[in-house]
Amino acid sequence: MSPILRVADLRVSFATDEGVVHAVDGVSFDVNPGEVVAIVGESGCGKSVTAQTLIGLTRSPNATISGTAIFGGRDLIDLSDDELRTVRGAHIAMVFQDPMTSLNPVYRVGDQIAEMIRAHREVSKREALTRAVELLHSVGIPNPERRARDYPHEFSGGMRQRVMIAMALALEPELLIADEPTTALDVTIQAQILNLLRTLNREKNTSVVLITHDLGVVAELADKVVVMYAGQVVEQASLDELFYQPQHPYTWGLLGSIPRPDEIRPDRLPQIPGQPPSLRNPPTGCRFAARCEYVFADCVQPPPLRSGSGIGHLDRCWLSADAKAGRR
Amino acid sequence: MSAAPLLEVTDLVKHFAIKSGVLIDREVGRVRAVDGVSLTLHEGETLGLVGESGCGKSTLARAILQLIAPTSGSVRFDGHELVGLSQRELRPLRRQMQMIFQDPFASLNPRKRIGQIIGDPMRLHGVADGAQLKRRVQELLDRVGLQAEHYNRYPHEFSGGQRQRIGIARALGTQPKLIIADEPVSALDVSVQAQIINLLEDLQREFGMAYLFVAHDLGVVRHVSDRVAVMYLGKLVEQADSDTLYARPRHPYTHALLSAVPIPDPRKNAARERITLEGDVPSPIDPPPGCHFHTRCASATDICRHDEPALVTDDCGHATACHHPL
Repeated sequence: MSPILRVADLRVSFATDEGVVHAVDGVSFDVNPGEVVAIVGESGCGKSVTAQTLIGLTRSPNATISGTAIFGGRDLIDLSDDELRTVRGAHIAMVFQDPMTSLNPVYRVGDQIAEMIRAHREVSKREALTRAVELLHSVGIPNPERRARDYPHEFSGGMRQRVMIAMALALEPELLIADEPTTALDVTIQAQILNLLRTLNREKNTSVVLITHDLGVVAELADKVVVMYAGQVVEQASLDELFYQPQHPYTWGLLGSIPRPDEIRPDRLPQIPGQPPSLRNPPTGCRFAARCEYVFADCVQPPPLRSGSGIGHLDRCWLSADAKAGRR
Repeated sequence: MSAAPLLEVTDLVKHFAIKSGVLIDREVGRVRAVDGVSLTLHEGETLGLVGESGCGKSTLARAILQLIAPTSGSVRFDGHELVGLSQRELRPLRRQMQMIFQDPFASLNPRKRIGQIIGDPMRLHGVADGAQLKRRVQELLDRVGLQAEHYNRYPHEFSGGQRQRIGIARALGTQPKLIIADEPVSALDVSVQAQIINLLEDLQREFGMAYLFVAHDLGVVRHVSDRVAVMYLGKLVEQADSDTLYARPRHPYTHALLSAVPIPDPRKNAARERITLEGDVPSPIDPPPGCHFHTRCASATDICRHDEPALVTDDCGHATACHHPL
């Protein structure tokens, strides 16, 4: 099975007044058909920039982008803006975090979806509107005929995110990029949206790149997990391997520092000291070394992303397999 | 817990009038943001207050501190009735009750230096001034994990986690007995969130103040709270000690809320029973009659549509407002 998206050595940097920010620094991963790949990490780790670069949203005069992202035999990084426009929407769609600002407030919701369809397909306005109503129905919006004539402000946050998902799915894309799709939502509404995404992934076999900071959401939806820290991938593994045999001290720290609603509380919450390094001038060795409790002499050299434990389980850490196993 | 509580809120109501009209404002409706809430908080205790957006938890926090005037009800703090006091009468009491805000970016004045931000409450309340004030501020900076050299810096030079530490130092300055923290860690990344939670707990051990901890993250609330109160559409639906509430929730809303949280454990996640609530929270302008939750509740019967259940406390102090508790 060949991957539908193969990202290799993606680098994105931005020139700013205070120097060049290396937001994404050599990121590689594959997305297989029907697979949900989660990219997790904290603010500023480069997860959103990675996702946005795939569909050309980071292209700007102050950005330098290199590497490849092969999708359907073409390199997304290399495509012209016009070529990319034909891919975006029809083959790759995106759902953003904030459903309040991603819809145009002065157009009716049904018209916005219909316009999207007509931008890519030769259909009449009426057909496009009928399709919009079907889509609203398929994402679980009650009274879709009536709701299609409503404006975005007449929808709640959860309903707006459903509208965004309906719009993303209008042209049956092979790949859906969801950037923190449930972060702005309450937990009961989040559960509804996660259910919806899972159903779509299973029924339509749509591949998903899920960007999130929430490991609970990852556990719920992902097949494969990519952990990013300071612009780099520090660990990549299948869902079960990542949660039950994590290999990188940063992943250990992340998993340990989440207060759990399902467990008796520990006396003290394990914490990762300090904060991530600046991406203007990242450390030359391991980028996590300054916060890592297992740091040793080798960490002044940059560790490679390599497989130490299982096939397909990669981590960027100098610790020996024994040391890692001993820690667990 | 035999001593009188530090904070006793009884039947607190905050309605916001919706007005319309050109010359004469006519009241056309009311947002029932807080609709009869009673709770108590003892010295050195942490009460977690959870609920979804719009349930009224932040309004409740502000109404307790008299930052907005309650419509009716009583708030007794340290032996004083706060409702109805003038700003002047409230001022000496404010020293004892401070607040920590959610947004570490919006809650610090960008034009003021850190020393002034932290020092102002102490100066205004006459706790310290001059060289003594500066020394106090530097002690506080050190205590919350910042450095004395940060005294002359501006807020924009700090990260989100550091700013939250500044907000905490500001609240600590006047040695309050009560701190109301409104979503103090929800804007922070998880590794930084753990640092701030640990700091808040250390400070409580050291200084013994009580926390009213308002948050939507059920994991965070379980971790910090001795007791937890759950709010839905302006009312408390359940209240119990933390472990009891999480292990044996009795209100169907609490149960659904807990089951909706995705936990970072794929096998456990897949194995547990999940309840997905349908629909959205109804509008607090026109809440459903009877039990506010009946429109989304799987166990709702006829009585739930007509009679509002009272919050009933059992022998173990577990309070539930439900006709059909689990």
